[in-house]
Amino acid sequence: MEQPNLSYIESMSGGDKVFEQKLIGIIQKEFPEEKQVYFNNIAANNFKAAAENVHKLKHKISILGLVNSYEAAVIYEHNLIEGSKKGQDDFEAILQNMTDFLETL
Amino acid sequence: MNCIIIDDEATARAIIGQLCSNIPNLTVLEEFPNAIQAIKYLNQNEVDLIFLDIHMPDFTGFDFIKTIKNPPKIVLTTSDANFAIQAFEYDCIVDYLVKPITPERFQKAIQKAESSPVSATTSSSSSEHVETTSGNDLYVNIDRRLIKIDIPSIYLVEAKGDYILVKTEDKNYTVHSTLKKIEEKLPDSLFLKVHRSYIINVQKIIDIEDNSVLIKRDVIPVSRSNRPELMKRLNLL
Repeated sequence: MEQPNLSYIESMSGGDKVFEQKLIGIIQKEFPEEKQVYFNNIAANNFKAAAENVHKLKHKISILGLVNSYEAAVIYEHNLIEGSKKGQDDFEAILQNMTDFLETL
Repeated sequence: MNCIIIDDEATARAIIGQLCSNIPNLTVLEEFPNAIQAIKYLNQNEVDLIFLDIHMPDFTGFDFIKTIKNPPKIVLTTSDANFAIQAFEYDCIVDYLVKPITPERFQKAIQKAESSPVSATTSSSSSEHVETTSGNDLYVNIDRRLIKIDIPSIYLVEAKGDYILVKTEDKNYTVHSTLKKIEEKLPDSLFLKVHRSYIINVQKIIDIEDNSVLIKRDVIPVSRSNRPELMKRLNLL
């Protein structure tokens, strides 16, 4: 599985290390909240709301440089809109991958 | 130039705020996690530019644009390029940024905002917008690219669930949109909806039978209710 990285954050920060740390802090706070809302909605089979959550999480997937994972999330979001959970395991593995990475920062 | 940022995601607000801080003469006045708070602010403050997220719960970016009377210049921000075509319906939208936003692309958006004329109200008619700003062209969003289609070359548009199939002289395009949306973009002088699933270019008709019309090699059904309008369009001998 591809590994998260800080390339995007470093490229857009213009070398501002204080901002990089601030942004990582925001992601570390916001990501678990968004992830939990997603898990709640998927457990309740609320596909439409879960699709909205995936849509929101896609941004953080791309911020962490996960190109292939982003594409998988796009497909999963579409599947949820169509009423299917196809791609759920892969998507949740991506979330775990991100969780593990964010814990190392 | 001053601006505000509207996005329900704190991460996105922080990124846009940082990108703004690298632009000389651009001041961020406020950030809002939802559109409702921003509307209240706009009622009391003058703003030159808004960075607006489309995809927000309860009240979307497009709802926001429709609500405010004289919108300033707006740069849309979204994780989904599929909304791009809808963005062309509004005169106030000067650019469309897909997240994650790069500094280079952000700078280009600022240049567009600076060079575009002072924003007016939202366009009352999307088809009018196409005719006045894009001549005979229609832009469709396919795989995150805006593809230009020459309107007169379109001979048929067919509804296919959540998509439409646009057939032209040279190529066919499958676009995530509705027949109603594209109908608003196409000039009435050329196009006619002949069935709930079909819009045809009347100049491309080869022949007509009782309840169908032949366009190129496609036989298209004509519903009973649309037949009188079709007959009116023909130069009958």
